[in-house]
Amino acid sequence: MDEIQRPSTKPGGPTSPRRGRCRRVLVAAVVALIVLTGVDAAVRAVPPASVDIQDSKYLPPALTVAPGTTVRWTNRDEETHTVTSATGLFGSAGLDLGEAYTYTFTAPGEYVYTCDLHPFMQGTIVVK
Amino acid sequence: MDRMNRRGFLECMAWAGTGVVWTATGGILSSRVLPAAAAELTGGGFSFVQISDSHVGFKGQANADATATLQQVVGKINALPTPPAFVIHTGDLTHGQKPGAFDTVAELLKGVKTEKVFYVPGEHDVFVDGGKEFLGRYAKGGPGWQSFDYQGVHFVGLVNVLKYKGEHMGALGAEQVAWLKQDLAGLSNSTPVVVFAHVPLWAVFPAWGWTTEDAQQAMALLTRFGSVTVLNGHIHQALRKVEGNVTFHTAMSTAFPQPAPGVGPGPGPMKIPEEQARPMLGLREVRYVVGTTPLAVVDSTLA
Repeated sequence: MDEIQRPSTKPGGPTSPRRGRCRRVLVAAVVALIVLTGVDAAVRAVPPASVDIQDSKYLPPALTVAPGTTVRWTNRDEETHTVTSATGLFGSAGLDLGEAYTYTFTAPGEYVYTCDLHPFMQGTIVVK
Repeated sequence: MDRMNRRGFLECMAWAGTGVVWTATGGILSSRVLPAAAAELTGGGFSFVQISDSHVGFKGQANADATATLQQVVGKINALPTPPAFVIHTGDLTHGQKPGAFDTVAELLKGVKTEKVFYVPGEHDVFVDGGKEFLGRYAKGGPGWQSFDYQGVHFVGLVNVLKYKGEHMGALGAEQVAWLKQDLAGLSNSTPVVVFAHVPLWAVFPAWGWTTEDAQQAMALLTRFGSVTVLNGHIHQALRKVEGNVTFHTAMSTAFPQPAPGVGPGPGPMKIPEEQARPMLGLREVRYVVGTTPLAVVDSTLA
């Protein structure tokens, strides 16, 4: 997200009669802007990760990623597969050959998923 | 070729999907090749056809157009010397339950010269919406299990894919088993029974989901009958097993073959050229002759 899109960063001005209060607001806004921009930059800096679905397996079956990572699953099989979270947090439609599904993991934790059509297929994303 | 060698040869041919008639008498299988069995059915009795796993929407190395092979199978059904009394589709009508896929299947099967087509769902037919579209279309929104009688034979269609999701295999569930118990209650032991369902009702290869976890509860209700024929799909190849008076058969797909149980890295479409796949695709004719308990099963291919 670019800085120019941030709202509410121009409260008052140097000529405002309520300069003291406005300055506090301005400082708070700038601090917030710096923090938000910093987090935003950190999210953008996390490289994406990928999982291939091949021979009715998730490869790699377990993958550890940093918070904010977008994981992309690509089906390399002619058979249809899904990526379906055990808790219902995320889930793809049926993926045919070459089709992909992405999900961005923000919170640390262990996320188990399976294929609706092949319940013996199991995968795990560890976010830490 | 002596008898034993011939039998061994035919078993191999059955594995490869070539047309063979299997007849089970007292648990002993005998077999003969297709031409002799293809003659017109005479005397009392009837025949019906099982097709399975048409996977409309599938495209792969083994088959660029699953709709075209289903169309070919319809042509083969219509060319049978004895028109089938009805057709049973044992599931996976569609590959990915994509919009319009069920319409395509319905349109194609309207061309079959038979009285009625019965359906049970495969997991590919229900995984997107929990069976809403399939059951709405083919079961009037009901649970999908069904039974009917035809010329003294009792037919039971079971649904074992709705609990597939999140489990490791097919399952019937207590409600359906209770229904089956009630359904069979009034039948004499001498009534021939045919059971059809998508996932095999015997443990073909559980690690690939090729089994039904509570099938034993259903089979326990069936052991008292003198002749039970179980027809399944799901594994895209013709296998059989005999347990007492029960003969289990799995059917070929009309779309693509899958590997033999446990062979290779996993289940799924075999990656072979179309011309190699054709002899592994096809349909099954089942014949019942009044007064003879075993039902004869004839598999024929698109080769």
